[in-house]
Amino acid sequence: MSQYSAFGLLRGALNGQKHWQPAWRDPEPKSHYDIIIIGGGGHGLATAYYLAKVHGLKNIAVLEKGWIGGGNTGRNTTIVRSNYRLKPLHDLFEFGLKMWEHLSDELNYNVMFSPRGAMFLGHSDADMTKLAERGDAMRCDGIDVDLMTRDEVQKLEPLLDMSRSARFPIEGGLIQRRGGTARHDAVAWGYARGADSLGVDIIQKCEVTGFVRDGDAVVGVETTRGRINAGRVGICVAGHSGYVAGLAGLKLPVESQTLQAMVTEGVKPMINSVIMSQSLHCYISQSDKGGIVFGGDPDNWPSYAQRGNPMVMERAVAQGLALVPALSRLRMVRTWSGVTDMSFDGAPIIGETPVKNLFLNGGWCYGGFKATPASGWTYAHTLATGKPHALNAPFALDRFERGATIDETGSGPMPNSR
Amino acid sequence: MMQFTCPHCGPRDQAEFIYERTADAVVSLDAAPEEAMKSLFTRNNPRGVDEEIWRHTYGCRAWMVIARNRVTNEISATRAVGPEALP
Repeated sequence: MSQYSAFGLLRGALNGQKHWQPAWRDPEPKSHYDIIIIGGGGHGLATAYYLAKVHGLKNIAVLEKGWIGGGNTGRNTTIVRSNYRLKPLHDLFEFGLKMWEHLSDELNYNVMFSPRGAMFLGHSDADMTKLAERGDAMRCDGIDVDLMTRDEVQKLEPLLDMSRSARFPIEGGLIQRRGGTARHDAVAWGYARGADSLGVDIIQKCEVTGFVRDGDAVVGVETTRGRINAGRVGICVAGHSGYVAGLAGLKLPVESQTLQAMVTEGVKPMINSVIMSQSLHCYISQSDKGGIVFGGDPDNWPSYAQRGNPMVMERAVAQGLALVPALSRLRMVRTWSGVTDMSFDGAPIIGETPVKNLFLNGGWCYGGFKATPASGWTYAHTLATGKPHALNAPFALDRFERGATIDETGSGPMPNSR
Repeated sequence: MMQFTCPHCGPRDQAEFIYERTADAVVSLDAAPEEAMKSLFTRNNPRGVDEEIWRHTYGCRAWMVIARNRVTNEISATRAVGPEALP
C-alpha cells in the first residue's frame, strides 16, 4: 500500500493523477480463516485492523452482507465524546477518545476528527445539579470537563435562544472540549485500507446465513458465497445482533429500534460546537460541508426498518428549532435512519457468548460511532486471546444474570426507558 | 405513521398509542428466577413478526396485543387483553 502524502499528491499532479490505486482488494473468500468477523462496519474493520496490527494475526476475514460502512457507520451523527457518568464507560470511551486524537496519523487517512467541543445544555437548577454530578464523576476518573455558566454558553453559541421566555430556558452547560465530530465514512475506509494492507480479506456482498457447529463449538459460517471455516467467529453487526446471534440459537438482552437523523442544506458556520440536551434528547452540530445535523430519540418501539417515522422526526426538529430559532429558515435535504441494538442497561456488550468460539460485539444503543477505535481495540484483544481486555471485561454478556449491569441512566431492565 | 385498529375504538393513528413491551416479556407471577430473568432481560427480537403489547394511551387507555412485522410494519392481528377480553 502506498502512503498518502502531500508530496504524493504533488507528484501525481505532474503525471495526471494516474498513480491512484484501489484502497483495498476485492478477494474471493478462502475456505478457512483463523478469525472471521461478521460485519464490515467501522467496529468490524477496526477489529480486523488491530488483530493484524497489534496481535500479528494474518489469516483474518471481514464478511459484510452489503458494502462496508453502509450500515450504522454511515447513518450516525458522527459525534465523538466520553462524557459519561459511570467508570466502566469512562474507561472505555476515554480510551477511545485518546485514540481518535491520533487516528488520522495511525491510519494515514484523514478521518477529519474535529475536537470542537461537546456541550450538554442544562435547562433548570435540577439539570445543572445533574450536570455537575456528571462532571465531578468524570474529573474523579481523570477526564477534563468544565461546567459552564449561562454567559459562557451564550458566548460559545450566540444563536441559542437564551431569552427568559424561551421554550427551553438555558441555565448553563457542561462541556468536554476534546469532544467533537469526525467523518464517518472515512473511519470505515481508513480502517478498511489499513486492514487490507495488513493482509485482511474484506469480503463484501457476503451475508452470513447460519453457523456451522461441531458439538458446542462454532467452527465456521454458512454464507451466500458458500461455507467458510473459522477458528473463532466474532459477531459485529450492531442493529442486527439479535438476528445474527439468533442463527446460533442465542437470545440476547437487546431490542432493535430505529434511530433517525437528518441534515439541512449547507450554510456558513453558525453552530460552533456539538450542542446536546439530554433533558430533551436532541443534538445539533454542523458538518464541515455546512449542513446542520440533527438527531433525537429512537422511534421507541422495535423495528428493523431502516426508515424512520415522521412523528419522531418532528419531535427532534421541534426541539432543535426551540433551542436555535434561526434554524427554522433552513431546508431539510436528507433524513435517514439506522437500526440500533438497544441493550437493557444502555451499555454495549463485548465479549464471549455461551457458544464456544463465538464472540459478540453489539448492544451499542445510540453510542457506537464514538467507540469505534476502542471497540475494535478491545474486541481484537478478546478475539485474539479468547479473554476480555480489562476495558471490556465489565461489558460481558452475562452481566445481566449476575446483576452487574452498567446502568448509566438508572432506568432498569427495559431498552431505552429514559 | 402506522395506523392501528383498536379493538374498542376502531382505526386510529399510531400517535395515540404507546409501545409497552413484547408479549414474551411479561413475567408470570409464579415464574422461577431464571424464567423471570429471561423475560425481563432478553428478547426474541425477530427480523419479522412478533407480538407486541401497545396501549391506546391517548384514547380508551386499554392494552392490546398487536402482531406486527418489524421490517414492513404490516399488522397481521390485533387482540384485546385484560378482563374485557374474557368471554
